Amino acid sequence: MEWTKELQLEMYLQMLRSRRLDERSWVLHRQGKIAFHISAIGHEATQVGAAYGLRRGHDWVAPYYRDLALMLCLGLTPREFALGLFGKSGEPSSLARQMPSHWGLKRANVISTSSPVATQVSHAAGLALAIKLRGDDRVALTTIGEGSTSQGEWYEGLNWAAVHRLPFICVVQNNTYAISVPQKLQMAVPNVADRAAAFGMTGVVVDGNDVLAVHRAVKEAADRARRGDGPTLVEAKTYRPVPHSSDDDDRSYRTREEVEEWKKRDPISLFKSYLEMQGILTNTISEEMESHAMAEADDAVKFAEEAPYPDVEVAKGPVYA
Amino acid sequence: MAEVTLIEAIRQAMDEELARDDRVFITGEDVGPRGGVFRATLGLFDKYGPQRIIDSPLAELSIVGVGIGAALYGLRPICEIQFADFIHPAFNQIVSEAAKMYYRSGGEWTVPMVIRAPYGGGIGGGLYHSQSVEAFFTHVPGLKVVIPSNPYDAKGLLKSAVRDPNPVMFFEPKKGYRLIKGEIPDGEYTVPIGPANVSRAGNDLSVFAYGIMHYYTLQAAEMVAAEGISAEVVDLRTLLPVDKETIIASVKKTGKALIVHEDNLTGGYGAEVAAIIAEEAFTALDAPVKRLAAPDVPAAPFSHPMQDWFMPNPQKIAAAMRELANY
Repeated sequence: MEWTKELQLEMYLQMLRSRRLDERSWVLHRQGKIAFHISAIGHEATQVGAAYGLRRGHDWVAPYYRDLALMLCLGLTPREFALGLFGKSGEPSSLARQMPSHWGLKRANVISTSSPVATQVSHAAGLALAIKLRGDDRVALTTIGEGSTSQGEWYEGLNWAAVHRLPFICVVQNNTYAISVPQKLQMAVPNVADRAAAFGMTGVVVDGNDVLAVHRAVKEAADRARRGDGPTLVEAKTYRPVPHSSDDDDRSYRTREEVEEWKKRDPISLFKSYLEMQGILTNTISEEMESHAMAEADDAVKFAEEAPYPDVEVAKGPVYA
Repeated sequence: MAEVTLIEAIRQAMDEELARDDRVFITGEDVGPRGGVFRATLGLFDKYGPQRIIDSPLAELSIVGVGIGAALYGLRPICEIQFADFIHPAFNQIVSEAAKMYYRSGGEWTVPMVIRAPYGGGIGGGLYHSQSVEAFFTHVPGLKVVIPSNPYDAKGLLKSAVRDPNPVMFFEPKKGYRLIKGEIPDGEYTVPIGPANVSRAGNDLSVFAYGIMHYYTLQAAEMVAAEGISAEVVDLRTLLPVDKETIIASVKKTGKALIVHEDNLTGGYGAEVAAIIAEEAFTALDAPVKRLAAPDVPAAPFSHPMQDWFMPNPQKIAAAMRELANY
């Protein structure tokens, strides 16, 4: 698979945009300006690679709460994200009824999501079933953490996809912890993707900190789905170098040494070095992208801080369509 | 006009909606060539094929979850849960997902889906083929809960449910599938979701019921009429949203209220009806509100004498009517 210089730079910029906005969100939380943040730091390669493996805006996506980088690639603006952080009027996913990062963006074919984990998986199977029934040239992709694959929800959704050979992709972002519980207490297999065989679908393990590897795996899965050759389980091995959420303290369940070791494999640093080595990313371009990402985060926060809170009338409904 | 059974009316509704709108499809366990264990979908597989009548894996939560996904894409799923007793694995999908989708997305996403499930006892189904589960769902804003009592309403309400942009729980009294017969018009008609139906006018007391209990209540009303008691019978039909106006108007007319359901008493739907009457028609009451329901045991036992003890029936309803009328 070949990647143009432009595409690689674009993916790098997407990773950077997400990282800077994410870091700013942590700062806002520590400043006491927002109540909650759940972070995509460390997952940018997986999410950007997955997004670019799709026909964005054409294919359908059922994400989960850690998908900031994915959502930015699908067209969520930093301003819209920041409105969610502050619970401000105009937040597009839920009118600020839901916590931050509970995505949903109709214009991008991203369905609304909730907090109980794995519920989005059977929705994605249903989207894929509908795509197949209508004969449409689309794919349904869902994302999930490795801990949530313990849910019966996950098994049932993947089973539907396999039985009906649906145009379905499940990208498992295996960051090795479900809040505090390590992978070995979630499953007795080394790879989530090993379970693909039991469903009768293709399973792929990929380095989740390598954006090009994830992009290739998801693109191949999407091509497979569009050919009518059925679903794919893609497991992206990655790490969460930050706590689960702003309410978590990861010092209680893992060593600083472990975290530092993983930070050496930070997906943005890795891709940056690679692009520099290839002569694709120059200092000038790098600095331009940095200032773009920072300016965008600044603008988003300023915009959301100045935005009004929703009128309490918004809480009342409507409840029924 | 033609006389049909309750289940034939339900089948006709699905058949006509499948023919009318190619977005409509059915999924559930054994709904395909078998035509459903109760034969609700009999013949539909042959008529519409495996793309429209889809046998699901034996897994209730994903029958609903996949239905939600298809509905979000723009299709109109009718999801069959084989027995209401087996709906509980899908509770998360119904309550956390389908019911909240519209509100939680600020109106961006709707779930136009019907979940059909046979409910209730009287068929020797024991603890796990007899349950009445409606009260779990009437507590949930965002859902509509419909329980028909006769073929006319069953067909008209189910057609409305398929066309409704919201998730509709459609519980069918399985004991009445072939027991309850009635006339339905030949042509197209619907019955709106929402309004209750005063199915028998009376002056001495109001009796509120739904499903098979409404069928029994009409029989009981006939029995006590011979003794000079004039009972008004209200078929609630739609439990959520509840038709408060019809309930209050009837109580204001008769001054007495009896609520009948075969779900067990505590926390049952009768409690909500009683609360509405207490809050909004208190001064019209000439007697305490009375509830007749199944006893607070886990579900209807299997053995016939025990099942008969559990189930309200026309005799028990008539006795409760007499007691209230004589208060």
